[in-house]
Amino acid sequence: MDYVPHTSEDRSEMLKTIGVSSIDELFSDVPSEVKLDRKLNLPPAMSEFELMKYMSELAGKNATTDCMVSFLGAGVYDHYVPSVVKHIISRSEFYTSYTPYQAEISQGMLQSIFEYQTLMCELTAMDISNASLYDGATGIAEAAMMSSRVTRRQEVIISRAVHPDYRRTLKTYAHNLELNVIEVPFEDGATDIEAIRDLISDKTACVILQSPNFFGCIENMALAAEVAHEKKALFVACVEPISLGILTPPGEYGADIAVGEGQGLGIPMGFGGPHLGFLTCRKEHMRQMPGRVAGETHDDEGRRGYLLTLQAREQHIRRDRATSNICSNQALCALAATVYLSWLGKQGVKEVAELCLEKAHYACERLSSLPGFERKYSAPFFNEFVMKTPVKPEEICEGLVKANILGGLPLGRFYSDLSDSMLMAVTEKRTKEEIDTLCRALEGLV
Amino acid sequence: MTMPLIFEKSKPGRKAYSLPELDVPKKGPDLLPDWARRKQPASLPEVSEVDLVRHYTELSRRNFGVDQGFYPLGSCTMKYNPKVNEDIAALSGFNSIHPYQPEELVQGALELMYEFGRDLCEISGMYEASLQPAAGAHGELTGLMLIRAYHESRGEGKQRTKVIVPDSAHGTNPASAAFCGYQVVEVKSNERGGVDLNSLREVVSRDVAALMLTNPNTLGLFDENVVEIAKIVHDAGGLLYYDGANMNAIVGIVRPGDMGFDVLHYNVHKTFSTPHGGGGPGCGAIAVKEILAPFLPVPVVEKQGDLYTLDYDRPQSIGSVKGFYGNFNVMVKGFAYIRSLGAEGLRKVAETAVLNANYIMRRLKEYYHLPYDRHCKHEFVIDASHQLKYGVHTNDIAKALLDLGFHAPTVYFPLIVREAMMIEPTETESKETLDAFIEAMIKIAELSKTSAEKLQTAPHNTVVGRLDDVTAARRPVLSWTPPEE
Repeated sequence: MDYVPHTSEDRSEMLKTIGVSSIDELFSDVPSEVKLDRKLNLPPAMSEFELMKYMSELAGKNATTDCMVSFLGAGVYDHYVPSVVKHIISRSEFYTSYTPYQAEISQGMLQSIFEYQTLMCELTAMDISNASLYDGATGIAEAAMMSSRVTRRQEVIISRAVHPDYRRTLKTYAHNLELNVIEVPFEDGATDIEAIRDLISDKTACVILQSPNFFGCIENMALAAEVAHEKKALFVACVEPISLGILTPPGEYGADIAVGEGQGLGIPMGFGGPHLGFLTCRKEHMRQMPGRVAGETHDDEGRRGYLLTLQAREQHIRRDRATSNICSNQALCALAATVYLSWLGKQGVKEVAELCLEKAHYACERLSSLPGFERKYSAPFFNEFVMKTPVKPEEICEGLVKANILGGLPLGRFYSDLSDSMLMAVTEKRTKEEIDTLCRALEGLV
Repeated sequence: MTMPLIFEKSKPGRKAYSLPELDVPKKGPDLLPDWARRKQPASLPEVSEVDLVRHYTELSRRNFGVDQGFYPLGSCTMKYNPKVNEDIAALSGFNSIHPYQPEELVQGALELMYEFGRDLCEISGMYEASLQPAAGAHGELTGLMLIRAYHESRGEGKQRTKVIVPDSAHGTNPASAAFCGYQVVEVKSNERGGVDLNSLREVVSRDVAALMLTNPNTLGLFDENVVEIAKIVHDAGGLLYYDGANMNAIVGIVRPGDMGFDVLHYNVHKTFSTPHGGGGPGCGAIAVKEILAPFLPVPVVEKQGDLYTLDYDRPQSIGSVKGFYGNFNVMVKGFAYIRSLGAEGLRKVAETAVLNANYIMRRLKEYYHLPYDRHCKHEFVIDASHQLKYGVHTNDIAKALLDLGFHAPTVYFPLIVREAMMIEPTETESKETLDAFIEAMIKIAELSKTSAEKLQTAPHNTVVGRLDDVTAARRPVLSWTPPEE
């Protein structure tokens, strides 16, 4: 199968116009010693039907959360994705378009980016949002590099309670720019803020905390921001957008940059991506912000319109002095988030957050009542919590699979001292019955 | 008529959402301390579902995609995005899976990633792949990180501080090099549009970490000296990075690995037909020679017997460049594309893309200045120097094309050609479409002699006219604020 429309007649007419006798002639500038003298070694081509069958078989080898009850979270959540989201992002006027460089025929994408930026500013209570980044992990790295540009400092303090993937990504980026990454320990599941006081100095570009953190605990962000600001460092808040329906937003506790993973906003878990990195900041840091941004303006007849603006920060203009190397971002995921947040509206975003909060607390209470199970930490939490288990959590999860349940995430591979614990997440999709079934299954396992 | 924003359609009390009733005993305020609770609700729009759907449907009508028409945006490979791949990627088995599910429950996903990685190695002539980078620029940065790790492992990390980039390079090349901590050194192009070998020899020394090259380059020209270029860089201990943005020109015909490159990134969202989504998500998978494999980001998908696993145990790995494993859903579409076309189909892609580009180029040569007159590959660059004498600039030509129902080419790039227009037709366009575009370009060339003003004020048939970008940048309005009561 291919998608080439030419007939052999088309081809010979075109060759004639060009003035060559064969297509090979057009490749005469490729040195023969490097030209491939064989066919690529790939499996034979497939018809559409064969392809669908083969790919469905591969898909069928995965156990899905449509068939299993999932309590997995850790940065990727099993929230409901409403039908309208799928329908809107499936409009090919959106999904088959490129980056909206030609504004006059890209008003749809540009206006939706502008709406997205507004929604993210509202949700995080910050001034400015970019048009998206790749994901939460790269968002943290971009925020750290942005802080370094703003403060002209080379040290980043990050809590060990920030998602391990995010920290690993930050360190990978930081290594090349000689940014020094310092990790702060946690105490009872929450960052030891006094330890930040000991570590921070006038070399510190930013302090990065996540709330709810990797363990689900809500951090004392206001205090951490205060500690950062005492040394004129920026405070970077990594947040989960659904939780902001009910939790204090970064703009209200003094964050300079808010960043995070927006997968919860109408984007499928999809084995880890594509998801949505978001970044919002205070107005004064606007020109140091990475990534694209849409702005409002007018045409010569005074009609309101939108375009990509502040492009002097970007790689295609500024080249090696750009604020980021990012070019393609996650535009379609940002559109999904825009539609999702507009679907929820002012009431819905609060309601979905409340459902998560209530159900997670019910689950936590029920699980804690089982013999040998207890909640590991005492800090307040949103929809995720760490359970200490009486037998190895890996064994428990294995047993739960037999009951068609995806249990929590065993934490030993991320933190060696937490090999007796697992991280559990509860979204609005989980029912009381499912939680009760989980508890019964666990009783049978220990 | 001004198109309202979703916020301007909001009315208190309206709603689109429906959520399940709370079925556990409600605890309410006790669950959160007061300091953690949001006081001021986020003012999200309150609209009905039908209003929501009409709003975004109307916005979609104000947007131009490949499904609406010809999109000759150079270096962006705006080919047709097969519908079956969208259906495949929407399968529950690819969407409703959590990245931390036990490996035995996601064998299909891991098998797909493994096979996709192997295909990408075969197509590029490389040894091992990583699918983690989310886009082309991300792949560039990752590839350069591997190069840095390689030099560091040989004790040459401090010594090799420079990355060479041709003056025709994509903007992401120098930006990625800078974000990898390298000093960027530009090398000039020669009169045939390729890398000037003498200039290259002058800048290559023991302090060079790598040369970044796209071949064919952004002029759409294949650099005939690529073997010599590779030798010059390798002899000085540097490595070669291949920017795969233009891979559509050579797939199945010549492989970067065979040309001497040590690492490349693919733009899966270009070469392998996955839609651009209005700016993303993409997939910037990389593939490397064996010398760079130890440094690949973790996890790497491996096959052990019949089992596919995620290997995190790579002591020399650079770390991770993203959460989890990359833009999996994009990989699904790219993989489906490769497997549906097979070896012969892929070769036909490159052959036809090159045929189409040369066809347009030859026919437009009479009307537009062609700065490099030789066979092009999948794209070519013309400029507006013939039209400048009538006061018509490249931007005017681009905007006039919008009125005629076409997307514009990439404009003012590459930087080494003044008033550049970079045209990439791709292989999925028929001769009739190409002819219609050519006719439109000829018409614009004629109009520039007779009605320059009409072009200077184009577009006229779009929902908005030319937008004031100067004011937008000087006094940025980046979000909506409700009007004062």
